[in-house]
Amino acid sequence: MLKDVTIGQFYPTGSVIHKLDPRTKLLFTTAYIVMLFCINNLWGYLATFLVLVVVTLISKIPVGYIIRGIKGLVLIILLTVTLNLFMTPGNVIASLGPFNITLEGLKIATFMALRLIFLIVGTSIMTLTTSPLDLTDGMEWCMRFIPFVRRYAHELSMMMSIALRFIPTLMEETDRIMKAQKARGANFETGNIISRAKNLIPILIPLFISAFRRADELATAMEARCYRGGENRTRMNQLIFENRDRVSFVLMFMMIGGLILTTMIKMPLIFPI
Amino acid sequence: MTMEQKVKMIEVRDVQFVYPGNNENESVNALSGVNFHIDKGEFVGIIGHNGSGKSTLSKLLNAIIFPTKGDVIVNGLNTKDHEHLWDIRQTAGMVFQNPDNQLVATIVEDDVAFGPENLGVPSLEIRERVDRALATVEMQAYAHQKPHQLSGGQKQRVAIAGILAMEPECIIFDEPTAMLDPSGRREVMETIKKLNRDKNMTVIHITHYMSEIINADRIIVLDQGKIVMEGSPESIFKNVRALKKIGLDVPQMTELAYELRNAGMDIRDNILSIDEMVDALCR
Repeated sequence: MLKDVTIGQFYPTGSVIHKLDPRTKLLFTTAYIVMLFCINNLWGYLATFLVLVVVTLISKIPVGYIIRGIKGLVLIILLTVTLNLFMTPGNVIASLGPFNITLEGLKIATFMALRLIFLIVGTSIMTLTTSPLDLTDGMEWCMRFIPFVRRYAHELSMMMSIALRFIPTLMEETDRIMKAQKARGANFETGNIISRAKNLIPILIPLFISAFRRADELATAMEARCYRGGENRTRMNQLIFENRDRVSFVLMFMMIGGLILTTMIKMPLIFPI
Repeated sequence: MTMEQKVKMIEVRDVQFVYPGNNENESVNALSGVNFHIDKGEFVGIIGHNGSGKSTLSKLLNAIIFPTKGDVIVNGLNTKDHEHLWDIRQTAGMVFQNPDNQLVATIVEDDVAFGPENLGVPSLEIRERVDRALATVEMQAYAHQKPHQLSGGQKQRVAIAGILAMEPECIIFDEPTAMLDPSGRREVMETIKKLNRDKNMTVIHITHYMSEIINADRIIVLDQGKIVMEGSPESIFKNVRALKKIGLDVPQMTELAYELRNAGMDIRDNILSIDEMVDALCR
């Protein structure tokens, strides 16, 4: 059951997108997210959809795999859609008991749903094509340009990479503790939600204790290996911008330009407002 | 080691270590009056029962903790001298008991690179060192694997490679085999012996498995924070009764020889291996 967790999943296919510098991908994704919130008509969404399709095709990641990422957030999307559909005042086009569906509500609901889906798909393409290690390296570099965060860039990325290193270890441990508690007669399957939550305590306590012990031992081992923070530290694999990164920067600016253009299109697509 | 003059790698001078507690009664005296030295290229085994102070001793040698009284000198540098802290930790590398809790990175070769990266070694040289270290422990094939996909013995060999990449002169092994299965234990022991034999690495092996140190140059026995015996494996292990008294097991064959002597048989008391036993019996 614990093997199904998909946090930070990486799907290696060896495509050009996989080989891009993580920094390029991070900047591209950031630009993409910002643009997503600037779009104000369906033309923009159409253009974004095209960008996503092209990127997905180049990345060689199966479409089904990407769609699986949306599944987990279906509830949030539905909630947003429903709220927007019924709560927006305007021209009533249909009524459902005391609730009115307005034209404006329909428009906002559609946009929000598309925005969320594109957001999830776009960011999951980044995590699917970038190994967690590259991702943390890229983030460390990016954080150097953010005031206040800059000072802790190294520490934060070290923490992230250690967390990634220990996810499988702690998963195994959880599995082992669960089995041990089951062998002692613990019940995790039945009962209402409160008693089930209570039943998790015999798993969480040993897990936390062992996590603290591991953290302590790891810290000692790191010090024994001369770890003393980010100062004067060198790296074996340095990040280098290649030609393919330069090309994608050009493409990124073209995307930004294209999306800005779509916001200026006055001609409505489907919606008459 | 025979021809050249013996050079001291580590010197422990009248060391006492007290774990501080809230008051006088609660503080624990882990080591007291410990004196010994280790020569360059030597393979020294340190054995002792749980709570004998052997883990405390190992941490003192690597400047992770500092003696309450006395001095620990590593390659001529006193661990109390905080200026040389990093030089000492680089000179005397340390491999710990739990293989999972000493691997930092998500990829094997990145983990091996962790030490030299901390030392500020240039990128290209780190690459060379990592490749060399992984070759020494015969783990090149696993360079791009994730640590959690490896067996315990393999993880421990990666941990050894991580230390080797820092190019130390001495490695302290703090019960590196305690959490491994027999085959993992064999892998790790072969690697350690190879380092001492082929690379002339000074090795301090802390363990409670006697069988792992029957080939050591010297053995130090700790009990309740004091050195109770010191000498060659043969001279140590023949004291069957004294070792058993402090909760240690002697190698099987040594114990058998001891029992045979007690039963009136004329047999040497310094037998360590099955081969020696066969020789002695078939005389």
